Amino acid sequence: MSRASASQSAPPLRGWSSSGGVRTITFGEDQPLHLSSGEKLSPLTIGYETYGELAPDKSNAVLVCHALTGDQYVASPNPVTGRPGWWPRIVGPGKPIDTNRFFVICANVLGGCMGTSGPASMHADGRPYGLRFPVFTVADMVRAQAMLVEALGIKQLFCVIGGSIGGMQALQWAAAYPQRVFACVPVATAARHSAQNIAFYEVGRQAIMADPEWREGDYLFHGTRPAKGLAVARMAAHITYLSEAALHRKFDRALQEREKVSFGFDADFQVESYLRHQGQSFVDRFDANSYLYITRAVDYFDLAADFGGALPRAFHDCPSRFCAFAFSSDWHYPPEGMKQAVRALIASGCEASYVEVDSDKGHDAFLLEEPAFEHALAGFIDAAALARGLTPGAAR
Amino acid sequence: MKQARADYEVISALVHEGARVLDVGCGDGALLQKLIAEKRVKGRGMELSQAGVNACVAKGLAVVQGDADRDLQFFPDGAFDYVILSKTIQAVHRPGEVLAELARIGHRVIVSLPNFGHWRTRMALLFGGRMPVNPSLPSSWHETGNIHLCTVRDFAELCASLGLMIERGVPISGGHAGSPFAQTLWRANWFAEDVVFAVVATDSAVRPATDVVKLRA
Repeated sequence: MSRASASQSAPPLRGWSSSGGVRTITFGEDQPLHLSSGEKLSPLTIGYETYGELAPDKSNAVLVCHALTGDQYVASPNPVTGRPGWWPRIVGPGKPIDTNRFFVICANVLGGCMGTSGPASMHADGRPYGLRFPVFTVADMVRAQAMLVEALGIKQLFCVIGGSIGGMQALQWAAAYPQRVFACVPVATAARHSAQNIAFYEVGRQAIMADPEWREGDYLFHGTRPAKGLAVARMAAHITYLSEAALHRKFDRALQEREKVSFGFDADFQVESYLRHQGQSFVDRFDANSYLYITRAVDYFDLAADFGGALPRAFHDCPSRFCAFAFSSDWHYPPEGMKQAVRALIASGCEASYVEVDSDKGHDAFLLEEPAFEHALAGFIDAAALARGLTPGAAR
Repeated sequence: MKQARADYEVISALVHEGARVLDVGCGDGALLQKLIAEKRVKGRGMELSQAGVNACVAKGLAVVQGDADRDLQFFPDGAFDYVILSKTIQAVHRPGEVLAELARIGHRVIVSLPNFGHWRTRMALLFGGRMPVNPSLPSSWHETGNIHLCTVRDFAELCASLGLMIERGVPISGGHAGSPFAQTLWRANWFAEDVVFAVVATDSAVRPATDVVKLRA
């Protein structure tokens, strides 16, 4: 991995900086982000990371879009939390997205809390935005990424790939900037957020807002944190990432460090303890208002609605080649939702493949060990690279 | 494999240059690759098995993982010049509905199938008293995926009942294609081990009863 050289290859632009180990770029007042709501966001800072080296003709760039609570550290430890890269089986040297071969870009999503402008960022008045941050959409997230990609001097991305809401961003990229996406890989996602998913997100938001420490969104100013509400939001959401089979295999009804139930409300069961831990560790690294804003953006995602209700129109004359992945036990983004998107791609004449991986690991399968997924993805990437005229990857 | 190649040769000869082709049950994509190489077709595939889909995707082919019985609704009306079903119809659950769907999706449907009416098959059943096992039908009755075997005449009757016209049939025996036929079926029904049919919809074609989603924008 050559992160240092990647840094060197970044163009020396005004506004590039790095704070607390997080690499950022800032777009000033002259380059506001035009939001779907009609509002403008300025200044806009984007936290991002890159891996590998950009080819002289800039043909080998891959944009990885992260999921709801992810970050730009797709293949290296997060400097703030120390957690390892979140997609180690997919991105890295010798992996399907081979950093010896591709220049990989991953940016913290708009509204996030890892260097990109969000509700925890400072407003011009010296107080955090809080709820004064404008509501944005998935299209706005992608517009911000496009500004970064342009600033890097890249005219066309070799590939845009993402899982979950990262996959929504990948689809949005192909719809909004078809000429700038050679290959598009939406994973475990859909072209619209379902009522069930909106419902789960709403539970999470209500949990956050019901926490008195949320302080109408102004907690940062008051020096508090809605940790309990955010933890509950995370616990509820986390269940949707798993499957009954995965929960059964991992925990069944096993008790947590005890011989029998306590006849109380302590975490008797391992699954309770696990969820509590998930909630607790989440609040240490995530901003509650970011959670509100990003989930709202995803609720609003309905790609067909932006194209007169006909999804195929979103991909009309789109020259990108697609490979969509779904996982059989994913009930957060079930295969049927991905199939709807693939049908639209086919109806609009796009070159589209669809792979349905048989897995009992639920939505999280895309982040876990799934050899069938990895092999199919590697095959698609290699074939696309060949079609794009990129040099063959290192031997695998 | 010799049999499969003979059937591919015939199919390749039937397809015109630059055509839009869908191969249903495309396996590892060998036929699609051949058609792209020989006829520069715009090829798409559908395949059920993970291994097949992965092999296709790695070859740069556009293939959707799906089941001919269920997932043909992926494809809009008239999207292809040819829809190919090579040695697959005998393995689907509802051959009639699948065939009608294929005729909806493509202007022409090319079907290759093992002919259960071949004289050797008939003799094997008549004198052996057991389900025939031969190069075209290699698995025993309890292991075979061929749940809807038919003869040339059976297939012709199914086409007629769906309002489909057999434009051409090409018999294959011993790995070699014979003279095409259109009207007279009896010779092929006795002597062809496999047959490749090119089928077109007539005005009275039966449209699939399924609520096919209209996808054209």
